[in-house]
Amino acid sequence: MPHIHLGAIDYAILIVYFAFVLGIGWVLRRFVHSSDDFFLSGRSMPAWVAGLAFVSANLGAQEVIGMGASGAKYGIMTSHFYWLGAIPAMVFVGVFMMPFYYGSRARSVPEYLKLRFDEKTRAFNALTFAVMTVFSSGISMYALAKLLELVLGWNFNTSIVLSAAIVLIYIFFGGLTSAIYNEVLQFFLIVLGFLPLVLIGLKDVGGWDGLVAKLQGVSTHAGFAPGAFTHSWRYLGSASANPMGVEWYSMAMGLGFVLSFGYWCTDFLVIQRAMAAKDMTAARRTPLIAALPKMLFPALVILPGMIAIVVTTKSGPLIPMGSDGTPNYNLAVPMMLAHYLPTGLLGLGLTALMASFMSGMAGNVTAFNTVWTYDLYQSYIRPGKSDRHYLKMGHVATVVGILLSMAAAYATTRFNNIMDMLQLVFAFVNAPLFATFLLGMFWRRTTGHGAFWGLIIGTTAAAIHDGLVLPMGAVAGIKGGYLGAVLHTYPSEMAQNFWTAIIAWSACFVATILISLATRQKKSDEDLTGLVYALTPRITERDVPWYKKPATLGIAVLAMTAVLNVIFW
Amino acid sequence: MKLDVRMPIGLMFTALGAMLMFYGLVSPTDIYSRSLGINVNLWWGLVLLVFGLVMLFFALRARRARRAAPSNTR
Repeated sequence: MPHIHLGAIDYAILIVYFAFVLGIGWVLRRFVHSSDDFFLSGRSMPAWVAGLAFVSANLGAQEVIGMGASGAKYGIMTSHFYWLGAIPAMVFVGVFMMPFYYGSRARSVPEYLKLRFDEKTRAFNALTFAVMTVFSSGISMYALAKLLELVLGWNFNTSIVLSAAIVLIYIFFGGLTSAIYNEVLQFFLIVLGFLPLVLIGLKDVGGWDGLVAKLQGVSTHAGFAPGAFTHSWRYLGSASANPMGVEWYSMAMGLGFVLSFGYWCTDFLVIQRAMAAKDMTAARRTPLIAALPKMLFPALVILPGMIAIVVTTKSGPLIPMGSDGTPNYNLAVPMMLAHYLPTGLLGLGLTALMASFMSGMAGNVTAFNTVWTYDLYQSYIRPGKSDRHYLKMGHVATVVGILLSMAAAYATTRFNNIMDMLQLVFAFVNAPLFATFLLGMFWRRTTGHGAFWGLIIGTTAAAIHDGLVLPMGAVAGIKGGYLGAVLHTYPSEMAQNFWTAIIAWSACFVATILISLATRQKKSDEDLTGLVYALTPRITERDVPWYKKPATLGIAVLAMTAVLNVIFW
Repeated sequence: MKLDVRMPIGLMFTALGAMLMFYGLVSPTDIYSRSLGINVNLWWGLVLLVFGLVMLFFALRARRARRAAPSNTR
């Protein structure tokens, strides 16, 4: 594959962006005086800033590259990750869960678990989360460096060191505030950097109607009905009728409920942004404001992938073949950038791509340093020290977090399977988590033992299910079937993942209830005030105008999402 | 009051917009064959410039309002 050639203007755009990113960190260093400033932005963010950071922290490598790849592979069905998954979950966390997260004054998600349940539940969550953030950040770094090597011919090591150094500098000086400000900047850069690509691409294929017409051929060639790539719901009746290989129940339950709520409602990476909001109303509006741009992102990240699949160049299809003979869908978006954008705008697009990787990395690093310092270091290693001590530890944890991420990035180059395996384990740990929070927040009888053992049982159930099934066409190993027998074959990997999540969640839900009923509740009603729905006074928002109320905003967001679902039915 | 985030955003997009517009004016037209013959640098540069200036306008207005009422900062 020939490398893309960049002009002086492209490099100039990249340098301007780097200068601003570093400058923001440098200016904000003056505002960091306490650990609260460093880890929680002093709880001072307006809702719109926290909201845009909330979407941006998640707008990492998986989003831009991965959703583009899914768009090319599965078509508009990929939008279920947004219109069925993310948006309802974001409304739920804003309207129903944020009162407990923000109201409890917990400084992290694991800390909420400690207040609500006990130390062991917090330790389990904090440890798995800390390891997970380091590896996610490492994967982001690896993916960025590999992409730059492939597309621009940049040196892999230089890319790793450069991206690590930039993220390190701006978080080290400015802490979470710097990460959040940069995420807002990155949000606009990503939107304004990718929008011209979408507009030109759409114009080239003859608008949405032209794209629909062109994708009919792709769809029938793959053995589906002509509209299978451009309808999100119509072909969900059976798994064999759509390119994703899933049917409506596992889609709604697995992706829509378990996986999406599990991520958006419990992952500290995003919740941390809302916790940094200046007051309760702002915290609750954070995910709701985030949902507004989020619902339009399919146009920005999925559409380029769908266009890429129908565009051909002189030398054949736009998406190049990978070494295994199938199209390398991960290159859909970079190839689109190179195909449509002239030098100048190309620099802007590539800068936006790098911004997305960096916001993903920075989000993980800020979540890591907080959980490490508050939930592991302050809780188990050195409790009772001065605030200055923990602030210093935050700086150290930032450096160590970045170094560990770099180590993880290099580990990926050496042992690709280890990375796959770790991601699998994290999926097992994450899938049941939402059951724990749901029961913890809305059923006061849930006990610490119930929560902890429920999580262990849910995680184990996920591992066992995965060990006994396989996606079609795969061999036993990392993809499943590692327990010796294959009891069921799923039509696709996606279907297998959704079912693993459903089983893990259900096992955790049932086990937590049973164990809670069998064990004594050690927390008094007083302990649980502000942590559990039934024991928390309803929030009165008398001085908030009706149109600013979280419930109003939530209903509006859901209504708009419903309309989008119908349009692309 | 911390740094107003609209300030760096406004400055950066104003700068990027101006750069792209300038490049759009001086660049050879044949590079635009891939963007369907449209001088996208010029036009999208204008979009960025306008966005940057709008952000700067709001940041400066908020700063003036803060200076006018320094005691009433929440």
